[in-house]
Amino acid sequence: MAAAAGSPRLPAWCGALRGLLLAVLAAGSCHGNSVERKIYIPLNKTAPCVRLLNATHQIGCQSSISGDTGVIHVVEKEEDLNWVLADGPHPPYMILLDGNLFNRKVLMQLKGTSRVSGLAVSIAKPNPPQGFSPGLKCPNDGFGVYSKDYGPQYAHCNTTVWNPLGSGISYEDFDFPIFLLEDANETQVIKQCYQDHNVPRDGSGPEYPLCAMQLFSHMHAVTSTVTCMRRNSIQNTFSINPETVCDPLLDYNVWSTLQPINSSGKVDREKEVIIVATRIDSHSFFWNIAPGAESAVSSFVTHLAAAEALHKASDVHLLQRNVMFTFFQGETFDYIGSSRMVYDMEKDKFPLRLDNIHSFVELNQVALRNGSVLWMHTDPVSWMNESVQTQVRNLLDILSNSSVGANVTLQEAGYSQPLPPSSFQRFLRARHIPGVVLTDHQAAFQNRYYQSMYDTPENIRMQYPEGLSPEETLEYVTDTAKSLAEVATVVARALYRLAGGANNTSAIQADPKTVTRMLYGFLIKMNNSWFQSIIKPDLKGILGDVPQHYVAVSSPVNTTYLVQYVLANLTGTVVNLTKEECLNPDKAPNTEKELYDYAWVQGSLDPNSTTRVPYCVRSTVHLTKALSPAFELRQWGSTEYSTWTESRWKEIRARIFLVASKELEIITLVVGIAILVFSLLATHFINAKADVLFSIPRDPGAVAY
Amino acid sequence: MTLAVFFGCTFIAFGPALSLFLFTIARDPLRIIILIAGAFFWLVSLLLSSLIWFIAVKASDPRDEALQRGLLIFGVMFSVLLQEAFRFLYYKLLRKAIEGLVALSEDGCSPISIQQMAYVAGVGFGLMSGAFSMINLLADALGPGTVGIHGDSQLYFLTSAFMTMVLIFLHTFWGILFFHGCENRRWWEIAAVVLMHLAVSGSTFWNPLYVGSLVPSYLLMAAAAVWAYLLSGGSAQNLRRFLLCSQSGASPQLAS
Repeated sequence: MAAAAGSPRLPAWCGALRGLLLAVLAAGSCHGNSVERKIYIPLNKTAPCVRLLNATHQIGCQSSISGDTGVIHVVEKEEDLNWVLADGPHPPYMILLDGNLFNRKVLMQLKGTSRVSGLAVSIAKPNPPQGFSPGLKCPNDGFGVYSKDYGPQYAHCNTTVWNPLGSGISYEDFDFPIFLLEDANETQVIKQCYQDHNVPRDGSGPEYPLCAMQLFSHMHAVTSTVTCMRRNSIQNTFSINPETVCDPLLDYNVWSTLQPINSSGKVDREKEVIIVATRIDSHSFFWNIAPGAESAVSSFVTHLAAAEALHKASDVHLLQRNVMFTFFQGETFDYIGSSRMVYDMEKDKFPLRLDNIHSFVELNQVALRNGSVLWMHTDPVSWMNESVQTQVRNLLDILSNSSVGANVTLQEAGYSQPLPPSSFQRFLRARHIPGVVLTDHQAAFQNRYYQSMYDTPENIRMQYPEGLSPEETLEYVTDTAKSLAEVATVVARALYRLAGGANNTSAIQADPKTVTRMLYGFLIKMNNSWFQSIIKPDLKGILGDVPQHYVAVSSPVNTTYLVQYVLANLTGTVVNLTKEECLNPDKAPNTEKELYDYAWVQGSLDPNSTTRVPYCVRSTVHLTKALSPAFELRQWGSTEYSTWTESRWKEIRARIFLVASKELEIITLVVGIAILVFSLLATHFINAKADVLFSIPRDPGAVAY
Repeated sequence: MTLAVFFGCTFIAFGPALSLFLFTIARDPLRIIILIAGAFFWLVSLLLSSLIWFIAVKASDPRDEALQRGLLIFGVMFSVLLQEAFRFLYYKLLRKAIEGLVALSEDGCSPISIQQMAYVAGVGFGLMSGAFSMINLLADALGPGTVGIHGDSQLYFLTSAFMTMVLIFLHTFWGILFFHGCENRRWWEIAAVVLMHLAVSGSTFWNPLYVGSLVPSYLLMAAAAVWAYLLSGGSAQNLRRFLLCSQSGASPQLAS
């Protein structure tokens, strides 16, 4: 069974024609030849919508294998859609949609018609004021803890709708390509072409040549993960050159412990650990566009600051309980990272077991606090259990006490409200652990751009004054940074108390300068001097794009690398080892390789020179694989674990050009055939009567013309 | 359906050349060899002239528009002269070849005359020149778009196809004229061919004013056709007889 759609049998002459066409194409297909530049304008700054599959469905967009072409029509208000859907005389149309009209109502209208061959969306500036969220109203429904067996009244968002602005368009299946135009200049070029050629004049339709657009985003996988993984395995078994059609979404979880533990051994059953968790990934409708400022970055930056603050306590080695700082990847797609960690803990593949967990603190979306309130969410079902209730009560009290003196007011969200979508829910599925989820919202999200391309620094009110250089912007402390630093301080102090610390906590203070540098690096510019100084020398090429936090299929992504190195920098210590010793710690004495991780980082640039001073960092930061257990167990249709995969594709590009009328093309063909037939006839006659036409005296026997 | 444009332009540009090849060249292997060798000679002349132009362009300032245009004009003229020089070299080669063919033949005369070689060499030059003019345009004609988004004329493909057709014909006739001039030591015929070639190539600088390049080229082609016909043994009388005979359908009278 072929992975691609089967093509019908063609006669043999078609092969020869294809060969001829290929030769012709090869001659003309050199990069950027001048005739091609006369015809096409490529659109370079675009982002496609790609196909994702889970156990039962496919979502996203698909184009045909040789691209979808359509006449451009600019839709800036709803009335413009009538031209596309009914009146326009040259279907199919390729729509250039204003960002403010990119909503469910318009998309469902376009989905139902065959007069649309594709969609290009221009990003709305400023962000749409009414909010925009292409995610679901009930994120990760069915993969959390609430089901018909556990708190059925809380399942499927019956009690609280977390994301009321969610339109769910990310989870629809479109059969035409949808691209995002990120560059306003390119959008202007397209609109200019439309104004010049496509606008109807005097009530009648526009005349040829018309401005058209072609989008290529053909996806190889179809139907569901079950189908595409089955096709993968068939390809791998039978084909010499296997063609994979889809890849599971996977990456790495980053974790680190306050007191070092043996990462390849097992921790004693009596040793208790407090887990602090955040997610580090986000998503939007378009591929590789996931700024995730409020949904992911705010929480993990606060977490990193809290980790740094906790390490400042003087007696961390004497604390009764250990603290594990965990950063989960893939949580947007049905809790890939946390479900894998729970699975590893159950199967004894992780140094900790579920018995070791004393309590769980999670940070979720903490940047948009109303006033100074931070809400504490607990699980109402496990609240019914007496022992768990006591422990949760204790946890909440410690948190409230830690906020004394800080500009953070902790309030309980209510015992009749379920937990928001969080990694804690996966741990609850396995064991009744006391835990709390800290957020800035009591019921529905404060974030009006949850999992969309508009979840940008502006959404979390990060503002910089004008005229700063990149270095100054890196160091400038914004109000957002100060607010997140306060939350981090409260969390760190609470963790100290939870871990059994008894001393004064005034030394445990998160540094707003670190927070602002992290916010700048993860949201505005990854390629800054601080990030450059804390990464490995051979990784410096990965920094440079606009920061985004999609989990992707090749791992680890930039975000995971950076979280790992930032955590190592903030919680580790500099040790005096040479490069060889740092890279091969087994050879050096006294390194305790099982407990620590050694990294050779490139160091900062001296202001006057061009060389860096590298050094060795010792930390307890580790990576573990975040691949859904469904792929380990080969249960592609699992409803218990995440089964999200991303389709593969060959090329993704977009271009605009003019199309000529069919009449002109047919005329060209007819003229060509006429000339060919006439010249064949004329040459035949001239050749047959050559002795009449050309009378040169010659010897007999010579060949005539 | 831009397959229509692709086939239309291919037939316009190469239809006459294809029919010439099928009916007059394809049967005789010796003519095919001369055709291919002629194409190769044209190719070498293009390679050398493009090398000169490429070096000139790289050595100059790419931002100076007037200089680049001047270099292009120089390049085109130099290429024309080099093509004609290679036509002369090919004539010399074919003269040597005739001596060899005479030596190999049974009855002491060559199976192919120099006039036939001139015609085939011209077709060879023309075909290769047409291929280089037209193939990359045809490749782009296959795509969904047509020329025009930057303001160029929509008729780009059509006019290029017609220009290629006229150029193939012109090379054929110039071949006949040039070899006749070399054979009979009539230098003014050679000079006329070179001047005509320069005029046709120069007229393409009128593009996109297509009437300025196509009309003179077709007029020159008509003139060259008449001249080549007369030099090949044709006359107005023969032409009348040919037309009347084919109209009446009577059997032709063999010329003496």
